Amino acid sequence: MNLETFSVERITRRTLLGATTASLLFVAACGGGAPPAEAPTADAPPAESAPVVIPMEGLEKTDLKFGFIKLTDMAPLAIAYEQGYFEEEGLFVTLEPQANWKVLLDRVIDGELDGAHMLAGQPLAATIGYGTEAHIVTPFSMDLNGNGITVSNEVWEAMKPGIPKMEDGRPVHPIGAEYLKPVVEQYTNDGKPFNMGMVFPVSTHNYELRYWLAAGDIHPGFYSPDDVSGQIQAEALLSVTPPPQMPATLEAGTIYGYCVGEPWNQQAVFKGIGVPVITDYEIWKDNPEKVFGITAEFADENPNTTKALTRALIRAAIWLDADDNANRPEAVEILSRSEYVGADYEVIANSMTGTFEYEKGDKRDVPDFNVFFRYNATYPYYSDAVWYLTQMRRWGQIAETKDDAWYDEVAKKVYRPDLYLDAARSLVDDGLANEADFPWDTDGYRDPQSEFIDDITYNGREPNAYLESLIIGLKAGQTVSGGAVQN
Amino acid sequence: MSAVTATNQEAAGDVEAVSPEKAKELRKEKLFSRINKASKFLDIFALSWVTPLLMIAAGDSPKQNLKKVWEGLGIPVLAIIVFLVAWAQLAPQVKTSLGAIPGPVEVWEQAEVLHQDHLQEMDKKAAFDARQDARNEALIAAGRADEVVDRDYTGKRTYYQQIWTSLLTVFFGFFLAVVIGAPLGILMGMSTAMNAAFNPLIQIFKPVSPLAWLPIVTMVVSATVATDSGISKSFLTSAITVTLCSLWPTLINTALGVSSVDKDLVNVGKVLKLKAHTQVTKLILPSALPLIFTGMRLSLGVGWMVLIAAEMLAQNPGLGKFVWDEFQNGSSQSLAKIMVAVLTIGVIGFLLDRIMVALQTMFTHTANR
Repeated sequence: MNLETFSVERITRRTLLGATTASLLFVAACGGGAPPAEAPTADAPPAESAPVVIPMEGLEKTDLKFGFIKLTDMAPLAIAYEQGYFEEEGLFVTLEPQANWKVLLDRVIDGELDGAHMLAGQPLAATIGYGTEAHIVTPFSMDLNGNGITVSNEVWEAMKPGIPKMEDGRPVHPIGAEYLKPVVEQYTNDGKPFNMGMVFPVSTHNYELRYWLAAGDIHPGFYSPDDVSGQIQAEALLSVTPPPQMPATLEAGTIYGYCVGEPWNQQAVFKGIGVPVITDYEIWKDNPEKVFGITAEFADENPNTTKALTRALIRAAIWLDADDNANRPEAVEILSRSEYVGADYEVIANSMTGTFEYEKGDKRDVPDFNVFFRYNATYPYYSDAVWYLTQMRRWGQIAETKDDAWYDEVAKKVYRPDLYLDAARSLVDDGLANEADFPWDTDGYRDPQSEFIDDITYNGREPNAYLESLIIGLKAGQTVSGGAVQN
Repeated sequence: MSAVTATNQEAAGDVEAVSPEKAKELRKEKLFSRINKASKFLDIFALSWVTPLLMIAAGDSPKQNLKKVWEGLGIPVLAIIVFLVAWAQLAPQVKTSLGAIPGPVEVWEQAEVLHQDHLQEMDKKAAFDARQDARNEALIAAGRADEVVDRDYTGKRTYYQQIWTSLLTVFFGFFLAVVIGAPLGILMGMSTAMNAAFNPLIQIFKPVSPLAWLPIVTMVVSATVATDSGISKSFLTSAITVTLCSLWPTLINTALGVSSVDKDLVNVGKVLKLKAHTQVTKLILPSALPLIFTGMRLSLGVGWMVLIAAEMLAQNPGLGKFVWDEFQNGSSQSLAKIMVAVLTIGVIGFLLDRIMVALQTMFTHTANR
């Protein structure tokens, strides 16, 4: 009896994780029928070294429920939970997968969820009242890159002959949408509307897919206040499909291609139903992707809790990128559990560990396909917010021209680097993070970025000038009504 | 078996004084009548094949009884074996993008995996509790005893917990359906005016699918229930959707049961000038009870069927959400896990039905007495 109690107390987070990992792998290796291995892994530290951490004083709310969508970029949440960061910050978090982005946002707004893994456009759109209106803020940006555009096998076969080849016969990347254009025209002439899937009207995927299509001179269509289908004047018709259903929808022939986060591009490769043609890293190098969203009300009422959860998420992001992605295999194992992303280990590993498989067998190195911490990935830059706002304006989701000051104002209302730096400072003080890893002195705007697929430079301080420089899209003074652009 | 030996001894005690031949005969007869009584309950639980076995054990002619065993046990078991073999043969031939359709072996393996998951999660829970205790002690030591909280484990819900959630949800929804349906049905049965008033509404709402109700229920629940009320909205949404769909069989059957009560009985009640309350409890309810139970049984069946769809969409963490999550996961084990859920849903649905039959026999039996 004494022995038993003793051994329970000796179980620490690390040994437990090790044991679970080992047993899971073991179970998987044995086809599931075998009992789990009990031995902790060799690298686990002695039990005595894990100190009991008591949470910081004054946390307003300690029992939290966070929502997420089954995508690999929810990793900071899973890691903060599994590595015990939430608990060490005194937070008791339940993570819950949500059916789709709309459900997720609505549940954050009505308080069923305390916070969630969100599309960067969601807090912005909610705050300016496009869709459900609510003031959402983001103290933490979750990752860079991580999306891809996949087309069906049939479309790929039609595109492939036009694409330049390297010496070994593989296509030259990045592949622009100009190679898709003849296929789209062919389908349209045959009376088949060229349907493509994206995950949400204000999703990064919608804007990235539109950016790619427009850069290849395929019109993705405008939104207008009285027609929110986003298909006005469209050559490629974009519609919403929840991420995990993308492969099934493509397989069913409802759509001919889609833009989605991982693992749903690699899933198409594994299932042999489609071919990813480009990653968002090639559309816009190191583009901001998901954010962690909470209501402004929550942030105001629970400042200490907000700080604690931001600390936990930063620690998780550091862990994910530590030692040149050394922890990624462990992260992949965690994500492949059915309660998180749940896809097969190999499918998730394909993109999470620094590679990306295009056509079956054409696996290339993309070390920065998923960036969780380096390049200041977690700092909520105002310029990132402004870029999403410019795209909302470009495609008519923002119906009227706004001045540059408005963009700045909205960005500052939603993105909260002050909360982020506060949490980061306390981590540095506690010796849990390096001073050099955070941009302490930035004014929140990145330097002008030029690594887009169409080589147009983006300067977040001048959104209107940027909008004028884009070829397809609404310009100053233009509105969309009655199915046409009005000057 | 122990019941049989017990009756043997008892019977032996009763007949000590009579001649051995006759005693044996008597004992046998007594035993048979007891077995026959028991068989009524065995039938309810689909164990009717036990009766002939008991009869053989008690000394009845084997030939007659073995035939019954064959019909009650042999044929069903054979059918299940044929089904399993056909499944194992045919499943691998259907290729999907998630691999071939899993056969019985793969499904059984996943059932074991789900069980192992549960055990591992329980280990994690134990570690969580241990950490919590250590933290609470440290908090007390630091003079912050007021911050000590004993909270539930925050990890994922295991398969067994999801089954439990589904059962709670369906019974809550079913309970609401009976509470609304039975009294309303009694009113409708007793008064032709009420019947005429409600009938068109029932006919219109009865065929509505749960999927159509769900968005409305979701919005109403979100608008009316406070988030911090302690009841999860997804639970309420699912349960109320179950209620809306399972209400009708109880309502209709109760109305039918009440309206078909023997008119003579009602007239006697009138002659005796019984109060309305007494009329309902002493005359109408006992006679209408078999039909009310039939309605409730149908309601529970409908409710269980509806629940899975409701949980899928409302994200209530039960079996429906399990199926949906696995579908979304799209891993190579997903189809097998979904099949485990399908079989679980089927078995539980069957058991629920049997329980209702058992309750029906119990209550109507006492009512007849």
